[in-house]
Amino acid sequence: MDIDYAELLQLQATYAAVVDAGDWDAWCELFIDDCCYRLQPRENHDRGLPLATLSFESKGMLRDRAYGIRETLFHDPYYQRHIIGPPLVRARDAGRIRTETNYAVFRTKLSEPTTVFNVGRYLDDIVRTPDGLRFATRLAIYDSELIPTSIIYPI
Amino acid sequence: MTAERTDHDPRIDPVGPVGPVGPVGPVDPTDPADPAEPLQARLPSLRPGDLERGRIPFELYTDEEIYRRELERLFYRGHWCYVGLEAEVPEPGDFKRTQIGERSVILTRDRDRTLHVVENVCAHRGVAFCRERHGNRRTLVCPYHQWTYSLAGDLQGVPFRKGLRRGGEVQGGMPADFRLEDHGLTKLAVATRGGAVFASFDPGVEPFEQYVGPTVLRYFDRLFDGRPLRLLGYNRQRIPGNWKLMQENIKYPYHPGLLHTWFVTFGLWRADNSARLVMDAHHRHAAMISTRGNAGTASEASQVASFKPAMTLHDPRFLDIVHEPWWGEPTAVMITLFPSVILQQQVNSVSTRQILPAGPGVFDFVWTHFAFADDDDAMIQRRLRQANLFGPAGFVSADDGEVIELSQRSFAAVPDRRTVVELGGRDAGDAVHMITEALIRGMYGYWRKVMEPGEP
Repeated sequence: MDIDYAELLQLQATYAAVVDAGDWDAWCELFIDDCCYRLQPRENHDRGLPLATLSFESKGMLRDRAYGIRETLFHDPYYQRHIIGPPLVRARDAGRIRTETNYAVFRTKLSEPTTVFNVGRYLDDIVRTPDGLRFATRLAIYDSELIPTSIIYPI
Repeated sequence: MTAERTDHDPRIDPVGPVGPVGPVGPVDPTDPADPAEPLQARLPSLRPGDLERGRIPFELYTDEEIYRRELERLFYRGHWCYVGLEAEVPEPGDFKRTQIGERSVILTRDRDRTLHVVENVCAHRGVAFCRERHGNRRTLVCPYHQWTYSLAGDLQGVPFRKGLRRGGEVQGGMPADFRLEDHGLTKLAVATRGGAVFASFDPGVEPFEQYVGPTVLRYFDRLFDGRPLRLLGYNRQRIPGNWKLMQENIKYPYHPGLLHTWFVTFGLWRADNSARLVMDAHHRHAAMISTRGNAGTASEASQVASFKPAMTLHDPRFLDIVHEPWWGEPTAVMITLFPSVILQQQVNSVSTRQILPAGPGVFDFVWTHFAFADDDDAMIQRRLRQANLFGPAGFVSADDGEVIELSQRSFAAVPDRRTVVELGGRDAGDAVHMITEALIRGMYGYWRKVMEPGEP
């Protein structure tokens, strides 16, 4: 698949913008319908253990998470800020492009200092759709050993 | 020199004990030598009878001395603590590093398949030598001076024990009376049942089955009935709250129906579900047994603010629940084993939740999800999918950590206040409904008995 590197950067930057702005509907729309989103400890990933902290297998599941964030999950309010590194293109074929991209997420709770929240890398399968580049698969594999209390918003 | 020397003989060890510092036996509550301060002297806001009738001083969650006493009396003495599943160390030589209280321990499987638990403290200079969290080894070796131990914790070799021969002369080496068998790792008592592994620093701890008690053991055996288990993976979180708050969280069954919209709306766990609450004779452990009701039906339980009649799932596979024969009638059983673990069966999601205290105001919470070895792929997928409800980001469980953190904030700021735990009365007993905090009162009644010095 031919992709301009600037397009890849634009996709990653858009992802950071929507999840940091709390625009969960826009977050869902960055994925294809038959998508996979997983947030998984590096420990499980490296050992081939299948458990993930969040594991969604369709855009419908992403929408259910978006609803949960808005309506059902009680949580202390916080901002999150993603810093995403340059994507490394690992493979490309006719249909998709596979990339690996480092990320760090900072969390800021009201009246408190900013802290490092979650650090890891994205393993992505990206496809072209009529609407532009979209994620078929986004695995967020995090190094962070301990989740500070909880993760409410998508990484 | 006598061959019967003890590890701590000051004549031989002038710098102090270097061998395994043996655990002390169970507390004799009438021991006049118990140096601990009476609870009421330590906690000015604790009034007589408070704990048993459900008034818990905020100080109970913040006081450093009380916390140290909890580690000694609840985690290191007289209790069994969870260390893992046999499925985490399936092969000879496998090991897993974990903790009991704040002390680092290693679960190993020996060449003859025996399980051992040893403390991760080198007998030489105290190095917490095991750094990997899991792996496979023939021996345990401290990197500092290569003291080498068997998987059972016995010291096998010490470099330069016989000194170094140079020019026909032996230089250095250990004293002639140095005996390897005096310097093993601290070995813990180990109990396994149905694939779950528990350990205790206390060699005098009562048998595991007696410790759990027949009432709760029945539900323990329902989950760990001896079928081989399959490890699915871990979630780890650090919650800035006192460790007891997590035990409390799984000891009052009406909160999920208020806090957790998913539980209420989909009828998974609701105040009007049929339920039983049982405790062991000491009131330290408990099981909450619930049978799923109808989702969406109108009742008083659906008048709570968190009930959302219009809520439907875009992808119903999150709740693709299949009733398993081993459940019997209950669809969820939550077991609290005091002090270290919660055993979860919520529909098809099964896990252990290990409590690792890290100070009065913080604990780590380790979720180990598993399946059964004879599950087919569809059941494995179902368990993994339903795991989205639990853990540090779960649709249901994420809020628990949030509210515990917020409670702790007040405890630290206003230590002289007390909580009100009076729902269902001011005593402790089993129940056939959910509208009660009796299990919490039971736990604190037990807590006081163990924590009080010279209890009459």
